[in-house]
Formats: sequence, C-alpha cells, structure tokens
Amino acid sequence: MTDKSVKGNAALIAKRYASERRFQAYGAAALAISVLFLVYLIVDIGIKAWPSYFEHRAVLEVNLDASKIPAADVQKGDFEGIVKRAFRGSFPGVTTRRDLKSLTSLLSVGAADDLRQQTVANPSSIGTTVKTGVLLADDADLYLKGMLTDTVKTPGTTNVQMAQTGEEIILTGDLSQLVAGQIVRANGGALRIASVEAGLAKAETIMPTTTLNTLAPGTWDILSFSHLEADRRIDDRQVVWLESLRDKGAIEKHFAWRFFNNGDSREPELAGLRGAIAGSLLTLIMTLSLSVPLGIAAAVYLEEFSAKNKFTEIIEVNINNLAAVPSIIFGLLGLAVFINFFGLPRSAPLVGGLVLGLLVLPTIIIATRAALKAVPPSIKEAALGVGASHQQAVFHHVLPLAVPGILTGTILGVARALGETAPLLMIGMVAFIVDAPKGFTEAATVLPVQIFLWSDLPEVAFQSRTAAAIIVLLVILFCLNAVAIFMRKRFERRW
Amino acid sequence: MDASPQKITLSNTPRILAARDTKIVARDVNVYYGEKHAIKHLSIDIPDRAVSAFIGPSGCGKSTFLRSINRMNDTIDGCRVTGDILVDGKNIYDRDLDVVQLRARVGMVFQKPNPFPKSIFENVAYGPRIHGIAKSKADLEEIVVGSLKKASLFEEVKDRLDHSGTSLSGGQQQRLCIARAIAVNPEIILMDEPCSALDPIASARIEELIDEIRQNYCIIIVTHSMQQAARVSQLTAFFHLGDLVEFGDTDEMFTTPKDKRTQDYITGRFG
Amino acid sequence: MTAWTLLIIAALTTIGFFVGQARAQALRNAGTVSLHSLPAYHGLLMASMALAAAGLTTLVAALVAGSDSLVMPAAVALLGTGAIAASYRLITKDFRARNRFEYFIMLVLIACSAVAVLTTIGIVFSVLFETMAFFKEVSPIEFLFGTHWSPTSTPPSFGLIPLLVGTLLITFIAILVAGPLGLLSAIYMAEYSSKKMRGVVKPVLEILAGVPTVVLGFFAALTVAPLIRNTGESFGLVVASESALAAGLVMGMMIVPLISSLSDDIINAVPQALRDGSYAMGATKSETIKRVVLPAALPGIVSAFMLAISRAIGETMIVVMAAGLAANLSFNPLSAVTTITVQIATLLVGDQEFDSAKTLSAFALGFVLFCFTLVLNYIALRIVQRYREQYD
Repeated sequence: MTDKSVKGNAALIAKRYASERRFQAYGAAALAISVLFLVYLIVDIGIKAWPSYFEHRAVLEVNLDASKIPAADVQKGDFEGIVKRAFRGSFPGVTTRRDLKSLTSLLSVGAADDLRQQTVANPSSIGTTVKTGVLLADDADLYLKGMLTDTVKTPGTTNVQMAQTGEEIILTGDLSQLVAGQIVRANGGALRIASVEAGLAKAETIMPTTTLNTLAPGTWDILSFSHLEADRRIDDRQVVWLESLRDKGAIEKHFAWRFFNNGDSREPELAGLRGAIAGSLLTLIMTLSLSVPLGIAAAVYLEEFSAKNKFTEIIEVNINNLAAVPSIIFGLLGLAVFINFFGLPRSAPLVGGLVLGLLVLPTIIIATRAALKAVPPSIKEAALGVGASHQQAVFHHVLPLAVPGILTGTILGVARALGETAPLLMIGMVAFIVDAPKGFTEAATVLPVQIFLWSDLPEVAFQSRTAAAIIVLLVILFCLNAVAIFMRKRFERRW
Repeated sequence: MDASPQKITLSNTPRILAARDTKIVARDVNVYYGEKHAIKHLSIDIPDRAVSAFIGPSGCGKSTFLRSINRMNDTIDGCRVTGDILVDGKNIYDRDLDVVQLRARVGMVFQKPNPFPKSIFENVAYGPRIHGIAKSKADLEEIVVGSLKKASLFEEVKDRLDHSGTSLSGGQQQRLCIARAIAVNPEIILMDEPCSALDPIASARIEELIDEIRQNYCIIIVTHSMQQAARVSQLTAFFHLGDLVEFGDTDEMFTTPKDKRTQDYITGRFG
Repeated sequence: MTAWTLLIIAALTTIGFFVGQARAQALRNAGTVSLHSLPAYHGLLMASMALAAAGLTTLVAALVAGSDSLVMPAAVALLGTGAIAASYRLITKDFRARNRFEYFIMLVLIACSAVAVLTTIGIVFSVLFETMAFFKEVSPIEFLFGTHWSPTSTPPSFGLIPLLVGTLLITFIAILVAGPLGLLSAIYMAEYSSKKMRGVVKPVLEILAGVPTVVLGFFAALTVAPLIRNTGESFGLVVASESALAAGLVMGMMIVPLISSLSDDIINAVPQALRDGSYAMGATKSETIKRVVLPAALPGIVSAFMLAISRAIGETMIVVMAAGLAANLSFNPLSAVTTITVQIATLLVGDQEFDSAKTLSAFALGFVLFCFTLVLNYIALRIVQRYREQYD
C-alpha cells in the first residue's frame, strides 16, 4: 500500500470528481426538463386560450319596433330582424343582396340573444330606441383579436391623384407608401391596390368612392396586412366594414361570460361549457356515491377485520391489479355490462359515473387503507381495553382519525375521474348536447370529452375555445390538488 | 425445551391468599404466537382487592399472560391460547362469553399513555356510553367526575375538561387512562408497565394512586422495576422464559426467594 | 313504482329502528337487570333486518314481476313489516343485538370488498364473450398473425400485427424518453436535492402526473407534432403530420412522474447501511449510486418500468388525438402509425351493432390489451412485493 496508494493518483481523483459532477448535472437536467415541459405546456395552452375569454360586440342604436314584438310574448319578438336591420342601417352604402349577406355574416347567429333577454327583462323599452351591443361572428371576432391577420393603419402623408379607367382606378403621384394588397380608404370608399409600378398604381374598388378628388395628406389612410385576402377567412370588404366600426368606436370588447353560461353550439362564439360542467358534476356525484362508500367499506374490512386467508389475498392482488388496468378497458366493461346487458341509457351521467366509480375504487381503497394504517394501534387498544367491541373501536376511534387521509385520497380520486376521457367515449358520452343535462339519465357530456370534441372541429375559433376549456379543467384540477396537498400538510399528525 | 406441566404446590401458594377471595384462577395456560410457545403450562391463583406484580426479564411472557386475562391477545393474528382462565369461576375463553363484556369487567392501562385524541371528558365518558352505564346526562357527568377524582386527576383538570386528552403531560395522561378504565366499574385492572414511559415523579404519583385504589379492585401490574414491585404490590409473580417460576408474598419473595432463578434475577445476576 | 318501493324501504328501516329501540328501552326501564346491548343496537338490528328483508324482496320482485308492477311495493311492505314483527319478539334482556348487528355490518363490509373482484370478473367476462363471438367470424390465427388491418373495407381484414407494431413503437419512444428522465429525476430527488427543492419539485411532478391525457393529446397534436414536422422538414426529412414521434414524446412526458415517484420510493427503501459501507471505502456519491444503490434497487426499478410500459400501452387519449388512424406496418418513428387503443376508440365511438365483426373486433383488441397489461402489472407487483420483503 505504498506506491499504489490512492493518494498518489491525483489525475484519477480529478476524473472521479468530474464524473460525479456530470452525474449530478444529468439528474438536475432531467428534473429541469420535466418542469420546463409542464411550464411550456401550460403557457402554450394559456396563450392559445386567452383570446377566447373575450368577445367583441358591435354597438348599435336599435329601434325596438313595437309592431315586431308581441307585447303578450316578448320572447317571440323578431329580434333577429331588428338587429339585422339596425346593423345594415349603419352601412347605408351597402345595397346589393350579395353585399348585404356578406355584411350580416359578420354578426353571430346569436347576435339578438342579449337584446331579447334585455327586452324581456325590461318590457317598457319596447317602442323606444336603445343602444345595445350585438355579438359578432367568430371570424369577425378573430379578426378584431388580430388572429387572422395583423392589420396596420397608416395615415396617408402624400398627394395622390385618382382616375378611373373602366373598372380600374389608377393612382398616380407620390406612391411611396403603397404596396400591392393594401387597402386605401379615401373619398368615402375603399380601394385595394392590385399592383404598383413606377409612378402608377392600379387598384380595384371594394367600396365605391363618392368622388375622385385628389388625396391630400391626412385625408386618407392605408390598411396593410400580414395575411392577404386569399390567406384569411375574412374578405377585404368585411375588413373595411369592421375597421369603420372600430374607427367609430362602435366595437366593444367584453369578458365572455357566455363561455361559461352557454351550452355547446356549432358556432364557436356561442359555444360554452355549461352543459359540460353540469355533466361533469352529475357524473362526479354518481362516481362519488358509488366509490366512496364501497371504497371505505372495503378498506376498513381489509385493513381492520379480514383474516389472512386465500379470499383476502385474492381481493388484495385483485385491487392492486385493477388499479393498473387501462381506463379504456373500463369503458368496454361499461359498454358491455351496463349498457348492453343491463340496458342502462347510453351517454348518461348514470353510466359514466358508474364506470368512473369502479375506475377510482382501487385508488380510494388504497388511500383509505394507508390512512387507517397510519392510526396508531394504541388508540384501538385503548378502546378495546375499556370494553369496546372491535367494530366500535374501529368506527368510533380509528375511522374518524383516518378521515383527513381518506378525504385526501378521495380528492385525488375525484381529480382522476374529472380528467378521464377514454372510458366515456366508449359509453357514448360524445353526443352534441346544447342544453345542460337535468338528470342522471339524460344524455350529457363532460368537460374532458367536450375538450376532445372541440379539438376535432375544423374552425380556428374552436381551437382557442378548446384551449380555454382546457385551462378551466386544469384550474379545477389544480385547485383540487392544492386542497389535497393542504389537507395532507394541515392534518399530518405526528403520533 | 418442552417443560413438564408446572403444578401449583401448596408451598407455592402464597400465605396471603388464605385471607382473601380468589379472583382469577388460571390452570395449565399455554399461549402460542404462531410457532412460538410464549407461555408454558401456567397455573396461578390471583386474589381480589390486592395488587399482584408480574416481574421478569424481557420476553418472559408476563405481558402476554396479562393480555390473556382480558383477551386482548385475540386481536393479534396467529395467537392461540389453550387451558383455562377463570374470573369469578367463569371461564373467559368459553364460546358463549362476550369478550366485550369481559373487557368491561377487566380494565386495562397500557405501557404508553394512550388517551383518545378527544376531550378529557369524552375520554372518560366513552366507556360508560358504549356500555349504557349512565342513565342520564347528569349521571354521566357524575361518573366522569367521580372517576377523575378516584384517579386523583380531577383537581388538575377540572377547569379544562373540554381540552384534548393529548394536551396533558405524560403522567396526567396515564392517570386519565386509569380514570378511563375505572369509569366502567371494572373488577380487575390490568396495568402493563404503566410507568415505563414516565419520569420518576409522575411514576410516584401513579404508584400512590395504585395504593389508594387497591382496596376496591383486583390489580395486576407488569413491571420491569423490582423496586416498584416491592413498593406497590402485596404479591409478586416471577416469570422466566414463559414459565411462572415463583409466586408469593412480595416481602417474602424479595427477602427469601425460593428459586435460584428468582434469586439471580432480584440480585441483578441477569435480566 | 320504483320510487314508491324505495320510499317504503326507507320508511320500514326508520320504523324498525325506532320500534326496536323503544322496545329495548322499555325493557331496560322496567327491568332490574341490565340489558346485554344498548337500546340503540336493538333499534339498529331491527332496522337492518327490515332493510335486508325489504331489499331482498325488491330484488326478487324485480326479477319475477318486473319493476313496474304493483306487486313489488306490496311485497316489500308485507315482508318488511314481517321482519320487524319477527325480530320484535327476539328482544329480551339477554339478546345480543350488538353482536348480531355487527355480524350484519361485517357481511356488508365483505360484500363491498367483493365488488373489486366482481369488477375484474365483469371485465374478463364482458371482454371474453364478445371476443368469442368475434372469433366465430374471424379465425384467431388470422387475427393474431394477420399483417393487414382495415375493419371498414370490403372485405374487412383484421390483422393485429400492424396495431401491435404501432403500439410498441410509440411505447418504445415513450419509454426512451421517460426512462432516463424519470430515473435520473428520482435519483436526483432521493440522493442530491435539498429538502426545500424536493418540496418544490415533487408537487410539480404530481401536477404533471395529474394533467388529464386529453390535455396532453391536444398539446401533442397542436404544438409538438407541428414542431417536429417543421424541424424535420428543415432537415429535409419527410415527417407525417401525425407522427409516432410526437405521440411518443408526449406520452413519455406523461410517464415521467410515474417512473420517478415509483423509483424514488424504491431508492429510498435501500438501507442506509449499504450506502455507508460504500462511502466508508471512499466512494463518491455517484459511484455509490451507480455501483451500490441502483443494483440493490434494480428489481424495483425494473417493475417501475414494467408498470410504465403497461401504462403506455393502455394510454388512449394522447394517441387518439396525436397518432394516426391508418394501420401502417412501419418502424419509422416519423411515419404515422395507429395503436390498439386508437382502434378500440374509433371502432366504438358512435353507433355500435353488437353483431358486426367490426364492433366485436374492438372487444378482441380490448382482450389483447387487458392480457398484456395484466401480465405486466402482475409480474411488476410481484417483483415489488418480493423486493419489499427483502428489505423489511
């Protein structure tokens, strides 16, 4: 041990320490990747979701024509017609059928809903003119949120002459600001620049100008886009209409309460989570009323009363295996047994709740057993010592002390059930449901399934709605987890 | 290591028994934990209204036997008891005996104080409640106060009966456990090293308490401390490796032990 | 009628309780000797007798007469009252009502424990029956070894191999991601991190574990898949828009918390004495971990991986949303493949006819999936059990 002493080999020691540092860095990096992934996931979905929590409305002066609204049944009034007329009224230049159609398509199908409700609540307003906001359709809304194209408004700072040749407008003069694809708004109309050559630009009329006066600095402006008409879901004319509304201050941005108050809809701007949340709630009630009593009873039996025999062993192995069975298999069980064999209704929270109840049963049993195990045996002995029966000792003393642990486990089970999708697809909870379900046997959908359904839809606006629904789901789940963690900390008892 | 059954001979029967009623009679008791033979052919007569101490080295079976007297061993998986244990002439291992009623008659105080994590009042009231002893609320209060007084704890806790039992000091907790045991009117109180988790001052108070209440109960105390056995008990039983080696008047046992093993133990040769 | 029946059962149970309790109380007040059981237990016992009698009658009546007939509530009322009357005569001072009631409770507890077993039996039978029906139409050989899967074409073909390959390809990618990440995370948390850091990172991993798979699926389809395609295309690779790689990567991230929490427990269970022995010889921490701790923890880690694989094979939503539908027999992670779970989901969403091979094939796939995961889980749990025994 002289020459071969470790002391002599400084190079080896340095190498060993380097390897030590490397290894530690790998570990830290692995953790960092998981954390970053989660952060990226949430931020990415959050950014996608944010616009959906807001909606744009056009503010209109609406004449609540008494002849269109039956006083006896205000609900039946022709509010759609009233709103449509009022909207068209603010664009008197639009006259052709085609243009009018294009114009009204900026309004949501449900644009009159708010006005109808207001009038029903306040019938005295019938016959008067009121100022009201009407909901815009998804594409108009997306445009105003800047999600279809970035629009830049530049005031015209040069002198430009206009001349008409046939259909085309020829622009001459200082054209330094102009690029093809831009829209020039001048003389009460709008032109799209088709081409710009040296000293001459050709343009098409989008909205007819009233005169062909020379454009002086400050009297005209230019709209330039990141996405030209061909690349976006809204045409130039509609853009000009929306921009003119925006210039008049007739566009308002509001928090989209509709997203929480409405049921599902084919129109993205009207689609909401109410039905899904109600469905989730009903399903959850069913899940809990099945899994909590069964789970606690089974755990109490296995932990406190069961003798060590074959039967108990089978149950234990079985529960552990059941906890790891893929959730989709539970869906097959629900389909084959509950729906096909017992004839329970498809798509109903009843069946969904039963399936999810069986799914989270092992979770609750395992958590409850752990909580029971954590209660020191001396408590039970004390009760037995004063002559309590075994059951009295368990139900009077051990079980109450295990309640925080059981609750924590139950909350985690609820979180699992709330996010579960696959088994519910199997039992048909994928129906398109507008109204919130009112009972356990009505067709319903749940939050994660709603997310899945929306994610499949082609409309761009639904992508954002999906993300918004995901954020709602995640917030609920985080709250549940936070409560569980808090309870674990709060009731953690050192015996 | 299969010892022949140890019969109680006349010389083995303590003089003091003659003066008192016998409360517990054990005949040829064997206790097994799975394969382990923890108590071997034990026979003993324990008198009423006196303190009997069980002493012996760790693992000698004294606690095991104690727990057989109120059938607390039932709760342990794989534990088997043979032979007869009679309380007031009635075999407690009879099929038709209700173990719950037995435990109401045979109270127990454990090694570590184990109050329920409930109020002091509820701790004591629990037993009377499940056995339906109290006829009314006032009745229940009387029992609780009486038991706390008997356990000489009342003066210390009378202003905070609604405080948690676990908020008391160790010695107070153990007296609370004694009050809890007394509250159901037991005839026998088993104490499994009741002072081992307490400091000397708290231990002294428990010993005083045992001395005060011994007139009314048959008390059996398992202890590691020979001094304690000498101080509180009238009779002492010495256990060794599952055998009852010697049972007699405490004074005699500590002055003139009959068995070599007893002598070795009390003189500190082993244990 | 069902509502009436339930109402009658509830009423009988309540009446039973009060009658029993009153009767026992009367005995107690009159007699000089004490009752064996508290009056409340006499009440509870009578209530449970009434409940049991009425409940059983309901079941029998529902099976015999159907739930709509008037027979059910009538029979329930009659037999429930009968049960009360019969048990009324039992109440004496020596009657062990508490013991009887506790026996009843014990039966209830055992029945509840049996539900878990019933669930398993239900799963096995529901899947097995439909699978049998499927094999009457398609031979098992063709199903297990066929290399072509297209249930909707005419004639349909049901070859499992492409699905199996797709499933295993995605699972392989997932484990390739989750294995090192999860294991290294666990090692870092168990051996290096401070208590404070553990307090931060553990909840983060728990949150990651709690993210619903439908959310991960959305993320995979809308963010990760385009990212991979764009990156791949900038290197001149052909990447399918629903590549196995995207689904596999995200699935891997889903599994990281599972592997790390299981491995963390296992590494913590390795006795400190083993580490001390290694340190005492002058080993560095990483050498101790690599040469002593990990080998000792190996069985547990293997089982953690097996549980992770079983989880990946059975995962549905991520692949439904991010993997393809077409059954390509391909090992290329950049191509679109489909999995067993995707096919089950697509075959069963919408209307099903339980007599078509198309619907039944979903159950056959479910059967394959169940067997796969069951074997993996069972072996993994056995390994963990044996491992625990070793160090306990």
